[in-house]
Amino acid sequence: MQLTLNGKPHTFEGGTIAELLDVLGLHGRLAVEVNQEIVPKSEHARFRLADGDVIEIVHAIGGG
Amino acid sequence: MTDVLSIAGKSYRSRLLIGTGKYKDFEETRAAIEMSGAEIVTVAIRRTNIGQNAGEPNLLDFISPDKYTILPNTAGCYTAEEAVRCCKLARELLDGHDLVKLEVLGDQKTLYPNIVHTLKAAEQLVKDGFKVMVYTNDDPIVAKQLEQMGCVAVMPLGSLIGSGLGILNPHNIRLILEEAKVPIIVDAGVGSASDAAIAMELGCAGVLLNSAVAHARNPVLMASAMKKAIEAGRESFLAGRMQKKAYASASSPMGGLVG
Repeated sequence: MQLTLNGKPHTFEGGTIAELLDVLGLHGRLAVEVNQEIVPKSEHARFRLADGDVIEIVHAIGGG
Repeated sequence: MTDVLSIAGKSYRSRLLIGTGKYKDFEETRAAIEMSGAEIVTVAIRRTNIGQNAGEPNLLDFISPDKYTILPNTAGCYTAEEAVRCCKLARELLDGHDLVKLEVLGDQKTLYPNIVHTLKAAEQLVKDGFKVMVYTNDDPIVAKQLEQMGCVAVMPLGSLIGSGLGILNPHNIRLILEEAKVPIIVDAGVGSASDAAIAMELGCAGVLLNSAVAHARNPVLMASAMKKAIEAGRESFLAGRMQKKAYASASSPMGGLVG
């Protein structure tokens, strides 16, 4: 399936948010939005992504 | 006497709030922040890098939310909608932690706050249950409005973000302080320890700074200087300064002079 991930096209074989994060090698403190709705961490393992989903994955970086 | 900074029901011994941007690396960030004694530490929320640097160290591994109160900011947001969205992401990222630094910017040249959008975002965030510490200009009317909306701290700029120009309008900061019932924290513009002390001597509840430490030749040493300046400025404020006089007043008694 085709996703938009952090503003760029991204091909994903399909599955849950947790599986996507695993494939991307992203762990630790993150927040995930699907189609502008936040999906809580507790739902990452259950939430199945769909073709065309627009996903944002954010983390904390240095800032003032 | 216990003199603490109280924000949204939580007490802090340190009145220095410090940013994590612009350091050489996370190790320097950690060292400077530790030296500063700050308990509230700001971070920005950004997209993760996809497909590169997987497993790279995370800022929050160095600045632990277990040790510090993390204050996520909305830096880089130019509309109320973007800022509200950013705060919601931050709350999810930090497991429901709802203290945020709201800043809605006007343009890239000045990074001056867009007050119309700041007011709009503040209203929405307070309604959504956030505890909002808000970056604003030094307009006393706007500061009052933000307080009345329910912001837990109002943070006027001393001068432009990252400029290091100091407290350019102490008179306005004083006007804000005269009316304030929530902590007033100078946010932005502090360049040196004396700037921080001036903010505290005016009666500010604290100072939020980043560049002054991160861009110092020796950030860790400047963090130490800022800590002391803020403590000194606070004590100076509490002690109550002497009146300024136009002419000399001898400190040594005139009586008993020899000759």
